[in-house]
Amino acid sequence: MIDIKIQKNLHGSHGDMDLDVNMHIAQGEFIVLMGESGSGKTTLLRVMAGLEQAQGNVEVEGVTWLGSHKMLPPQQREIGFVFQDYALFDNMSVEENLHFVNDDKALAKQLLTMTQLSGLATRNVKGLSGGQKQRVSLCRAMMKKPKLLLMDEPLSALDPAMRENLKEEIRKLHKTFGTTTIMVSHDTDVSYHLADRVWVLDQGKVIADGSPKEIFVETHKVTYTLNT
Amino acid sequence: MWDTFNALNLAPFVLSFKLAALTTIILFVLALPFAWYLSQTHSKSKPFLEAITALPIVLPPSVLGFYILVVLSPNAAVGSFFEDLFGVKLVFSFTGLVVASCFYSLPFMVQPLQSGFESLNKHMLEASYLAGKSRLQTVLKVALPNIKPSLITALIITFAHTVGEFGVVLMIGGSIPGETKVASVAIYEMVEVMEYGTAHIYSAIMLLMSFIVLLMVYVFQHQQKKRGDFR
Repeated sequence: MIDIKIQKNLHGSHGDMDLDVNMHIAQGEFIVLMGESGSGKTTLLRVMAGLEQAQGNVEVEGVTWLGSHKMLPPQQREIGFVFQDYALFDNMSVEENLHFVNDDKALAKQLLTMTQLSGLATRNVKGLSGGQKQRVSLCRAMMKKPKLLLMDEPLSALDPAMRENLKEEIRKLHKTFGTTTIMVSHDTDVSYHLADRVWVLDQGKVIADGSPKEIFVETHKVTYTLNT
Repeated sequence: MWDTFNALNLAPFVLSFKLAALTTIILFVLALPFAWYLSQTHSKSKPFLEAITALPIVLPPSVLGFYILVVLSPNAAVGSFFEDLFGVKLVFSFTGLVVASCFYSLPFMVQPLQSGFESLNKHMLEASYLAGKSRLQTVLKVALPNIKPSLITALIITFAHTVGEFGVVLMIGGSIPGETKVASVAIYEMVEVMEYGTAHIYSAIMLLMSFIVLLMVYVFQHQQKKRGDFR
């Protein structure tokens, strides 16, 4: 169980706003976080990861990550994070990127096999395509066996074919490891295929929370998401 | 001419290179955490610290030399502290030259490292923290290997700049053969006593070495850039 209660004042593109999120996530759930740009999605992920400060409480399986007098540093949070721009360690090969996180060679091998990267294990990451880089980034995030996997628009920089492949791999990894996941995405199709629940963030508040079907078909609260 | 070559005393060059090597090593160790701090901080004191760091670039070496001389002299607190406690004389000694050179060459080490660190993808550093790595591990294993051109520039330019030092060295060290008489000071003395033959040879050696060092830096940077374009 993950309890999130976060308040933070943001200076967004539409002026000041308050990020105010109060949600619970069951273990193993896959949440897709949607919302217009500037609605606070990335900030929410960064606060969860300990990369930005905020007020409130974050409790993950009984461990307090954020409390009134406590902020666990990113190093001590069991988090996997996938950045939109991959953020790989350019000086290392594919497998070195994974081993840097954790020396579990068997796990690295398993992840690379699952994402069809085994043949590229010793290649420097600089020479890889965008899709390959994002798969390495995903594997690297899983190396910590995280309690929570956070992904910030991992598919948005990829072409449609790549996106389809990676979507499938994300689904496969989630099924195998059962990692609780929050993924930011603009894509309704992605949400349909991956999400147990969809949250829609608007002006720092979650304005809709439900299954993809409830969100996109049965309610009309979030018409814009269907247009993006 | 041949006689001049044979009689050539290379001690000033050896001294110059010893001074430059020591200064580069010491400055690298000291400037690394400082450059990292400057690259990551949002503190209001940053411009102030940057301005102080850059001072040796614009100050006349005589001004810098004068202040260092005042601070390091046995009559001043710092100078007497070192002399009383460690028995080290900081003026007109090789140790004094190393200390002075560290001030003189500080910006040439700090600035390339800082701008290298600033150009790094912040997410890459955050990915390292999220991987459980400390700041020190991140600097050594992620940041430094990814700013190789800046790192090489910092090391080589600091070395070359220290070899080329004259005013500060003259003021702090004087011209004690084998102790503080570095190549640039030796050339100055030869010109003063009109030994133009030796001055020519010394100057030509300095010119050639400086050019080779700079050429190495630019060739390396060019290669790195080409490699970068390739990705």
